[in-house]
Amino acid sequence: MAPTLRLRLTLVVHPVCVAPLLALLLAIYQNDLGPDPANELAVRTGEWALRFLILSLCVTPIRKIFDLHPVAPLRRTFGLYSFFYAALHVCVYVIFLLQFRWAEVFEDVSERPYITVGFVSFCILLVLALTSPKSVVKRLGRRWVDVHASVYAAALLALLHLFWIVRASIAESAFYAIILLPVLGYRIWLRFFKLGQR
Amino acid sequence: MLIKSKPDILPSEITPESVYMSRRKFIVEGAGLALGVAAGGLSTQAFAADGDGLRARAPADVVRSAPAPWWVSKFASIAPAAEGGPFSTEETLTPYSDVVSYNNFYEFGVEKGDPIANSGRFEADPWSVTIEGEVDKPGIYNLEDILKPHALEERIYRLRCVERWSMVVPWIGFPLADLIKQFQPNSKAKYVQFFTLFDPSQMPGQRSRFTTISWPYREGLRIDEAVHPLSLIAVGLYGNYLPPQNGAPLRLVVPWKYGFKSIKSIVKIRFTESEPETSWNMLAPEEYGFYANVNPEVHHPRWRQDMETRLPQSLFGSTRMKTEIFNGYGEQVASLYSGMDLARFY
Repeated sequence: MAPTLRLRLTLVVHPVCVAPLLALLLAIYQNDLGPDPANELAVRTGEWALRFLILSLCVTPIRKIFDLHPVAPLRRTFGLYSFFYAALHVCVYVIFLLQFRWAEVFEDVSERPYITVGFVSFCILLVLALTSPKSVVKRLGRRWVDVHASVYAAALLALLHLFWIVRASIAESAFYAIILLPVLGYRIWLRFFKLGQR
Repeated sequence: MLIKSKPDILPSEITPESVYMSRRKFIVEGAGLALGVAAGGLSTQAFAADGDGLRARAPADVVRSAPAPWWVSKFASIAPAAEGGPFSTEETLTPYSDVVSYNNFYEFGVEKGDPIANSGRFEADPWSVTIEGEVDKPGIYNLEDILKPHALEERIYRLRCVERWSMVVPWIGFPLADLIKQFQPNSKAKYVQFFTLFDPSQMPGQRSRFTTISWPYREGLRIDEAVHPLSLIAVGLYGNYLPPQNGAPLRLVVPWKYGFKSIKSIVKIRFTESEPETSWNMLAPEEYGFYANVNPEVHHPRWRQDMETRLPQSLFGSTRMKTEIFNGYGEQVASLYSGMDLARFY
């Protein structure tokens, strides 16, 4: 049964993950992004990167708590989509917002704290994406687990990035934090109180 | 110790809702009737008749109706912007549709599209403004009475948001200096503070548990900044009444300062001897000082201030331009700050 369920999941999950991209492309085509489309694209791609990152982190707790083992591969799927949207986010920023003015990119990363943390978060996601092919996972062995534990740092930094840019309200960052913190707490609990059960 | 202060408005002064609602109904129906008779049903005729030289007008299919009948006569004659001086500019206007749909007005939500989407319950009439502090004529004034002595004029100003975007907006209004003179501030009045309406029933952003702004939103100017000829009280844009999302029924426009200084939907003006509290300075003092003059030299931790994006911009074409000190109004306002370290008083 498991493989067919897994297949069905795949058939549902990929269209769901690609849908935001199609919506963005449609919005570009229809010129429906408002008077500052580059900024709007940056906002939306960033939001999807964070959403998929949090979804990815929810997979393991759900799998363990509900004993739903076929969902296990979704962790990797959502994680890679998160990286995909984060990469789009960075591309929109470099190409459309700064038009490849690398000096300004450098200045932003070094002098604007919210961009610094966003950049670090993206670098972590990049490393995680590069170490996610099955061959690399095998080669890294136990070390893979340690490397990929940094996904929590990436998520917290991405949350801080959002929190800093929307100063007048914490509604959006609080929403993500409410999902993220129990998941993080659960992993810490597993790690320190139920060693060997990871 | 319990300090009891007299409430600003006595309960007996408050109009019962039933009376208020029936009055509103009468006003709205009356306005419709008046327009129907005077202009053959065309509300576009009700304000700024064609051919009076206004540079900019709202598209005929989106014009707003008057908040109350007296607004119609108020808008009947508007002096066009004087060409060639600081009160106008030859730069391309930001289209009406963008001016009214891309707004920072956190009382209605933090996204740019929230103010137009969430301001449906906003009522710009009746409206009154409280005048208090170091002033000879304090009181609560009806907006109609406040506006009565002032002739409206068009002003085309650049608007520079601290978020590194800018617009060019054709406002309708009158000098803030004239409004201030009306209430006769005394010699202790060194600053003017403004407050936005606080009414969570009309302003959903104020109902949010997650807001970091302590309402009401407040802003302030030094008195010499306030009486500068460029400082404007706007009651309209594009020849039409101000939409709620742009700060109906009256707002401040200070074109040489970042946009957040131009406070919207003003209900209170207070004259003070010392520098008053301003909302963004209270929330993030490391980012925002009292002055908030547009200044490409002063670093901001979130956005570049040496360049700006003029809206609207398409995805593949850049409208990026250099930001000028005092948003290009330096010739008019630089003398206000002579001898001041603008990096320290940012």
